[in-house]
Amino acid sequence: MNIWARIAGWAALIFGLLYFILPLAGLFEFSLRARRGVYSFDAYAKVLADPEFQATFGYSVLMALVTIVVGVLIVVPTAFWVRLKMPWARPYVEFITLLPLVIPAIVIVFGYIRLYNTSSWLPLTGSVMGTNFLLAMGYTVLALPYMYRAVDTGLRTIDVGTLTEAAQVLGAGWISILGRVILPNVVPAVLSGAFLTFAIVIGEFTLAALLDRPAFGPYLQRIGANKPYEPFALSVIAFGITWACMGLIQLVTRFSKHTKAAR
Amino acid sequence: MSSMPQFRRPPLTWLGLLPFMIFVTLFLILPTVHIVIGAFQDRSGAFTLQNIRDLNTGTIPSSYWISVKISAASAALGCLIGFAMAAAVTFGAVPRWIKAPLTTFSGVASNFAGVPLAFAFLATFGPVGLITVFLRNNFGIVLARDLGFNILSFWGLTITYLFFQIPLMILIIIPALEGLRREWREAAEVLGATATQYWRMIALPILFPSLLGTFALLFANAFGAVATAIALTGSALNIVPIQLFAQIRGDVLGNPNLGYAMAFGMIVVTAIANVVYIWLRIRAERWLK
Repeated sequence: MNIWARIAGWAALIFGLLYFILPLAGLFEFSLRARRGVYSFDAYAKVLADPEFQATFGYSVLMALVTIVVGVLIVVPTAFWVRLKMPWARPYVEFITLLPLVIPAIVIVFGYIRLYNTSSWLPLTGSVMGTNFLLAMGYTVLALPYMYRAVDTGLRTIDVGTLTEAAQVLGAGWISILGRVILPNVVPAVLSGAFLTFAIVIGEFTLAALLDRPAFGPYLQRIGANKPYEPFALSVIAFGITWACMGLIQLVTRFSKHTKAAR
Repeated sequence: MSSMPQFRRPPLTWLGLLPFMIFVTLFLILPTVHIVIGAFQDRSGAFTLQNIRDLNTGTIPSSYWISVKISAASAALGCLIGFAMAAAVTFGAVPRWIKAPLTTFSGVASNFAGVPLAFAFLATFGPVGLITVFLRNNFGIVLARDLGFNILSFWGLTITYLFFQIPLMILIIIPALEGLRREWREAAEVLGATATQYWRMIALPILFPSLLGTFALLFANAFGAVATAIALTGSALNIVPIQLFAQIRGDVLGNPNLGYAMAFGMIVVTAIANVVYIWLRIRAERWLK
């Protein structure tokens, strides 16, 4: 490797790193400016004490958990069944799970609003619980590509057929096969998908705003328009959450590598 | 087993997919189909192409054009910068240990879109942002006056999108770069090729489908981004997702079916980009096995 290639490599890397670090530094610095003249965590104290923050953040966390549970309940049995009984259907199922990457979220939620409005056959947007349900389903759709891929990759590393037969010989039904044999074997994969889902849902804006639910994303956008420093403190927190979720995924993946039996 | 002809039960294995099929039908397929059909209906529900024709009226064509330009610019720059960074860590221009943290960070940054990202760039390049103030105090450069730069603009949005475009490129292109075999380079060198010739005649042609495919993916990624744009520019910049957002909120176009047509247009653009991506990916995998 000659010297010019090295210099070019370093230049590209440093430029890129500056590009990543500067906005985060700017964000952090700005969030500390709430008190005139000195850096302080005033903005953080203010937002953390804001009851609306607590309410919207709690709502988004709850939504993320519901999304994860629904996602696991739908994805794990499906991916398992496809691998066990219908391998020919795998490309089709995979294609469907990738559709949310093709169809923009704003289009999907537009469809919800028109399809499930108060005068339709399934008036979900007519009640608060119905809208919450619709939002959770929407988030599950958004998370589908990541969840399915994570779980399917996890299933690839275990011998689904043999495990199922062994469980059946011992008298297990489908529910206990899934819950006590398959799921424990793909826990790292499920956790990876779950953390990614959490990171996506916690700050999501489009679906929550258009379905008019009190989630964290719309709250952040709203106070961004009328508070000077608080939105920046909140953004730092949001970034911290994304970072924590990704860190947990790394941890889970590394952990699962160590526990895997040597072949 | 007896040799009696067995009574074949109708195959019921598909029942296992039923929950999944019901879920995606209700919450993914039907809503989308509803929009697509609506795009071809008038108010009374009769078939018409008028909505599609009406896309060519008012501010709609210019909003599509700005959206396409921003998506293309951020995808192109994202590919370029991401490729340079990925190449630097893959080919050993910088120490090897940098690759693992860079991939991890890319995983974070490619998911750090939406409202918080908009605030990060406002805090950095906004009127009183870190960089803006630094340049003004130390070099007397005022971004808005001297460089004509404004964060609430075409370029402002483009450089903001780059924050998740570059990491996505890095994540996708590193495996492709690692697929370039050492033997190909050695073979080229033995035959007397220079580094430039190797890149121009061997590496780039092999990587080309990956590069173009990732470009298409980044394009679709930027085209569908709503939250960042709304939080950053409000309604200052007339791009498709913002206009569609306003239309869904309050029927600003005064014709619900025109809103369907706009949404349909978005699906068409992102679908084309994704088909290009998938097709090129299949081509790329021929070499990178």
